[in-house]
Amino acid sequence: MARYILKRFSLMIVTLFIIITATFFLIHSLPGSPLQNAEKLTPELQAQILAQYGLDQPIHIQYFKYLGGLVQGDLGTSIANGQSVTGLLMNGFSASVFIGAQGLILGIVIGLILGVLAALKRNTWIDSFATGTSIIGVSVPSFVLAATLSYFIGVELGWLPANLWGTYEHTILPSIALSFPVVAQISRYVRTEMVEVLEQDYMRTAKAKGISRLAITVKHALRNALIPAVTVMGPLAAGIITGSLVVESIFAVPGMGKIFVDSITSKDYTMVMGSTIFYSVLIISALFIVDLLYGIIDPRIRISGAKE
Amino acid sequence: MKKRKLVPFLAITLVASLGVTACSFGGGAKDDKDTLVIASRSEPKELDTAKTTDGPSGIVTANVQEGLYRHAKDGKSVEPALVDGEPQVSADKLTYTFKIRDAKWSDGKPVRAQDFEFAWKRTLTPETAAEYAMILWDLKNGRAFNEKKTAKVEDVGVKALDDKTLEVKLEKPLPYLKNLLAFPMYLPQREDIVKQYGKDFAKNAKANVYNGPYKLVDWKQKQSLTLEKNENYWDAATVKTKKIEIKVMTDASAAINAYTTGQVQVANVGGDFIQKYKDDKEAVAIKEPTSAMMIMNQKNKFLANTKVRQALQLAFDSKEYQQGVLQDKSTAAGGLVPGNVKGNGKDLEKLFRESAPAEPKFDVTEAKRLLAEGLKELGMDKAPELELIGDDTTSAKRHGEYVKDSFKKNLGVDVKISSLPFQQRRDRTTNGQFDLVAFLWQGDYNDAMSYLDLFVTGGPFNYAKWSNKEYDALIKKAQENKSGDSQERLDAMIQAEKILLDEAVIIPEYYRTMTYLVKPTVKDMVFSSEGFGEELSFKWVQKK
Repeated sequence: MARYILKRFSLMIVTLFIIITATFFLIHSLPGSPLQNAEKLTPELQAQILAQYGLDQPIHIQYFKYLGGLVQGDLGTSIANGQSVTGLLMNGFSASVFIGAQGLILGIVIGLILGVLAALKRNTWIDSFATGTSIIGVSVPSFVLAATLSYFIGVELGWLPANLWGTYEHTILPSIALSFPVVAQISRYVRTEMVEVLEQDYMRTAKAKGISRLAITVKHALRNALIPAVTVMGPLAAGIITGSLVVESIFAVPGMGKIFVDSITSKDYTMVMGSTIFYSVLIISALFIVDLLYGIIDPRIRISGAKE
Repeated sequence: MKKRKLVPFLAITLVASLGVTACSFGGGAKDDKDTLVIASRSEPKELDTAKTTDGPSGIVTANVQEGLYRHAKDGKSVEPALVDGEPQVSADKLTYTFKIRDAKWSDGKPVRAQDFEFAWKRTLTPETAAEYAMILWDLKNGRAFNEKKTAKVEDVGVKALDDKTLEVKLEKPLPYLKNLLAFPMYLPQREDIVKQYGKDFAKNAKANVYNGPYKLVDWKQKQSLTLEKNENYWDAATVKTKKIEIKVMTDASAAINAYTTGQVQVANVGGDFIQKYKDDKEAVAIKEPTSAMMIMNQKNKFLANTKVRQALQLAFDSKEYQQGVLQDKSTAAGGLVPGNVKGNGKDLEKLFRESAPAEPKFDVTEAKRLLAEGLKELGMDKAPELELIGDDTTSAKRHGEYVKDSFKKNLGVDVKISSLPFQQRRDRTTNGQFDLVAFLWQGDYNDAMSYLDLFVTGGPFNYAKWSNKEYDALIKKAQENKSGDSQERLDAMIQAEKILLDEAVIIPEYYRTMTYLVKPTVKDMVFSSEGFGEELSFKWVQKK
């Protein structure tokens, strides 16, 4: 197990290094100056400002300097507003992770319940309802969902704040908006797997042994049906926690998604690098955790390939 | 078999994330009389007044700092702020001596003339790399020092004679000096504070001191800024509202929703909402000092022909464009200088356009005739296809389609539209890789010169690459203003603009207007179009 973890870990570092290098050279090769007001700046002044950020040096020197800073945990300062990249990311992340985690948990719980019920009550109205819900969740774009929630529940009914950030109530609507695609994916996966598992011989055996229906469903059926759901959960979690631009804009949540997109459109080199690294670490770690979870949920998957 | 389940894992994730975020929740904004909540369309980029360049930052600095003059309650003129009485002016109008009134910073220390001297010189120091340093070039030796040429810092024309007296020397007489002194780069800064915080100066609410009607008490990045009444402000009795919250809301519909539900009381209206709300009784239209035009690249042989350019200018119907496409409160343009910019002639308050009216022109018959003549002069039988570059935004695309359609219909000229990402469009503009470019120019100070000097021969922003000796001479005459006669200066500028329009260097389109929604309970909110194009002053605001 330890050896496996170590191996996976070193692979993670290599992956990250490749991502950093590729992103660095790609973003620097994009046309356009990173200066915000370049149209109004004389060439002399542009040179002065570029020099302040070390952008006047040859690209390979900039690259090694960046790596040097990175090793010391320094992500640099944003070119667009001079603030520390780490600080900006942490601010954005705390908001994104809050609505993200809330949306994820809500989505998983509802998705599981819907999926299980749909499988148990196959071809009844419950099944159709679950299918309908997941089709809506997958096919309706999040900006429509988010705008609808904000407008009807926030503006028309006035039950919850339409947007902004500040109190717990402000987090509810964005979390609901984020949970929809999760509900859809999880319920579909769970339903499909459950249906298959329920037909298995060991299920009949369990029934014959007189185990209660609830115990069969939870212990035997659901556990096995969860494996594919867990596979998608990793990337889903990373994606949702690192923020959704659309949901964040509509609800005016000061999150990561916005930072990420803004930094690319404004060619804020350091910010793009910072958020890419952050996002990559998160996704890579999520995938790693999912791998470990496989072993826990399904003992047949031996992650260490080792001796019992 | 180990009995582990997903539930504990998820529970831990939630608890951890709640922990991470718990501290980021402040109290929600309550709709009380003492707190005014405003939606801002973007985050302030830089609150160090030596370096600030954007509107949202300008709104903050105009309310937390105070200079010699500030924009007055009427939203048009400037009024004395920290200056005590009228300044002494030398006979040649080149030396001004200002007395500073008794005033304090938010930490209780007095505001001194040295704070002005330090701030202005800091902005001009090349290492500061202040993007707007050129706004201080009118100070004696300001430009020479800023561009690392002949002058040293001690040669710059600003000096504190004592704690209360500031002497300012100019390169040339400036009829609009008071206006200029209300600009963010002319605000004072405390040397000890700037040195104490170093790189972090003004990067958060605590890393600065304030001498304006409000002080910045909290700045949550990408989220909100909180301003509280500054009890140390010299005119604190006038300030009625205790707290101002500025919420960063980049999504136009989010701002409208928050306004509708009363979470914010003042909101900027963006995107397609402008057309919907332009006639709303809560809407306030603010004329910006921004001129929209199309620039024709004269490196292109076809466009180097004056008659061809005149034809294109006459084939664009700016009135129809404003009414049919923009559909907002902006004004169809017939000239370069926007309608709300001052001429600073004999009557200092008189607007440039009042002295030099320029009606939008549109004449297809004349345009066709000019194009035919132009083609003949060039020895061409057909106009080549022209490339119009613009941003890849919805409004820029609509603009492109309108231009393409107009030139095809009116002149039979084909236009190819290139919608580019902002940075790319900008680079192609500055490198001259275009035939036509949609261009917006916002003046830096309230004077026609801030627009007219764009097109001097060899100027860094003369993207048309146009050159006219007479024009250059007139601009030089107005800039140097040797006689000190402000009317003569204005006349030179009027003549210069006429040449620019007659030679069809640009195709004037519109003077831009910004729309705000303001709840009827909010009184005396002052909007002005000075500074970086928009400025909200909270000094007098009250909530009923």
